[in-house]
Amino acid sequence: MFLRYILILFLLIPFNSFALIEVDITRGNLNPLPIAVSPLSLDSDSKSKLKTILKKDDIGAQISIVVENNLKKSGLFNPLNKDSFLQKPDIAHFKPRFEDWALIKAQALITGKVTFSDEKLRVEFRLWDVLAAKEIMALAFTTVPSNWRRVGHIITDKIYERLTGEKGYFDTRIIYVSEEGPKIKRIKKLAIMDQDGFNTKYLTLGNELVLTPRFNPTNQMVTYLSYFRNLPRVYLLDIETGIQEVVGDFPGMTFAPRFSPDGKKIIMSFAKDGNSDIYTMELENRIVERITNHPSIDTSPSYSPDGKYICFNSDRSGYQQIYIMKSDGSNVKRISFGKGLYGTPVWSPRGDLIAFTKLHKGKFYIGVMRTNGKGERLLTENFYQEAPSWSPNGRVLIFYRETKTDDKGEGFSAKLWSIDLTGYNERLVNTETDASDPSWSSLLSD
Amino acid sequence: MNLNKIFKNALLLALACLALSACAKKVSTGQMQGDVYTGTDTVEYLASGVPDRVFFATNESVLTTKSRETLRKQAAWLRKNSNINIVIEGHADERGTREYNLALGERRANAAKDYLMTYGISADRISVISYGKERPVDSGSNPLSWSKNRRSVSVKAN
Repeated sequence: MFLRYILILFLLIPFNSFALIEVDITRGNLNPLPIAVSPLSLDSDSKSKLKTILKKDDIGAQISIVVENNLKKSGLFNPLNKDSFLQKPDIAHFKPRFEDWALIKAQALITGKVTFSDEKLRVEFRLWDVLAAKEIMALAFTTVPSNWRRVGHIITDKIYERLTGEKGYFDTRIIYVSEEGPKIKRIKKLAIMDQDGFNTKYLTLGNELVLTPRFNPTNQMVTYLSYFRNLPRVYLLDIETGIQEVVGDFPGMTFAPRFSPDGKKIIMSFAKDGNSDIYTMELENRIVERITNHPSIDTSPSYSPDGKYICFNSDRSGYQQIYIMKSDGSNVKRISFGKGLYGTPVWSPRGDLIAFTKLHKGKFYIGVMRTNGKGERLLTENFYQEAPSWSPNGRVLIFYRETKTDDKGEGFSAKLWSIDLTGYNERLVNTETDASDPSWSSLLSD
Repeated sequence: MNLNKIFKNALLLALACLALSACAKKVSTGQMQGDVYTGTDTVEYLASGVPDRVFFATNESVLTTKSRETLRKQAAWLRKNSNINIVIEGHADERGTREYNLALGERRANAAKDYLMTYGISADRISVISYGKERPVDSGSNPLSWSKNRRSVSVKAN
């Protein structure tokens, strides 16, 4: 439903000036770049029409707030307080007085203009290098008014990309499991929301237990585990039509599903007679292939981005460890050798790292290692946390964390958190309810 | 209060703990052996004297002596009531990753099923389902609560 909107994007002025400002995202950033996000200007006619449609007083200001929050949460930027801005939005967008912006220590400035005509929302913005007194980017978008938050996310992606040299992750969604009710009888529903916690929609009603949803590469389908009719099976859900179907015809529990990078297969575990092995099913012709055949538990499979390898979790050594193999199941190799138990391996979209959950001495860690198992780095330690999922640019991980239940039976919560690959910038991700099992979409407009 | 008696009991408990490898640090309740739950708080009965569940050590699906005794009682009861079928639910505690725990629950339920089958119960009378860590009986975050949750439970299916 959300991918149907046509989003037209064009370069306002083909401008390739050299930017003096640059943001390094490879290290923990303790000096985020001071940036001024001016409210987008809005003429009075467009303003009143958009107010009627969107029930928002000033959509120009609202869009700038979306951008500002995104930039702030990235940890790389420090959006300055709007009260200190000296220039009015419309004049700043036309021709900024750079001295004024330099005075408040802004190094970059974002200005913009919103208009409404032919039932379409048109948003243009410019990114300025304050110290060099130069425009470094200018773009405009036309879309339906209800898409205004997405415009804010796309603008953030463009700014992030221009200043860091890497793709952003703001025009994305998170699918997760919404949780409510007492711990011994949790009600769980599939939920989907924008990356910043807005526009939450619930995709199931909570009548049956659902777990571990994951997007396909085009973000239109989701594969997940449902206990429909008390038969735990992997399902496929078309988000737009709401149509669900069981994946394959297995005489037992199927679980831990993910899509292959080309979206044509689902890889998952099938448990029978006390043994879980990894299988794939091709969606088009329903051909099932057995990938592992071992009397131990083999689960949590995840493909490398090129589809040639699979990392997975197995206790064939006696305890949970991470293994990789070729996608046909050959050349199985253990890669985790540190102290403790390892689970939920998931291959980075950049291909170079595997994120995992580690349990050691009663603590849970989210960490990363190279695909040969070397260079293990633990990013965060807590009482309980697991199931990392990568941002599409491979710079941020989202996961869920549970808190301890005290002796009075209180204190339990499940929340989504994100952390940068650097180990810095750990943040609670806003959700309407308790939440777990997050999965990050790819960029919606790319 | 009879301090002498309390002291004696404490000493006995300490001795019992010494005899068990994993017990020493964690357990002082007397409701666990190693980290396997041995109490009856959560246990229900399929019939008089026939407990419905058995308990497991962390990450294990091995049946303890006591579990095998419980399952032999279940087998005897099932033989007597040949019209009754059961579902064995396998469960794990909250201290493991969700997907691995689903597999572990399935392994535990099948350990119980296999044992019932060696005592003559036909496979088609027993189905299994794993809930992983999704359906704890005790919501606590402590070793005793976790031990109650590492279980397989036989439930009448008809």
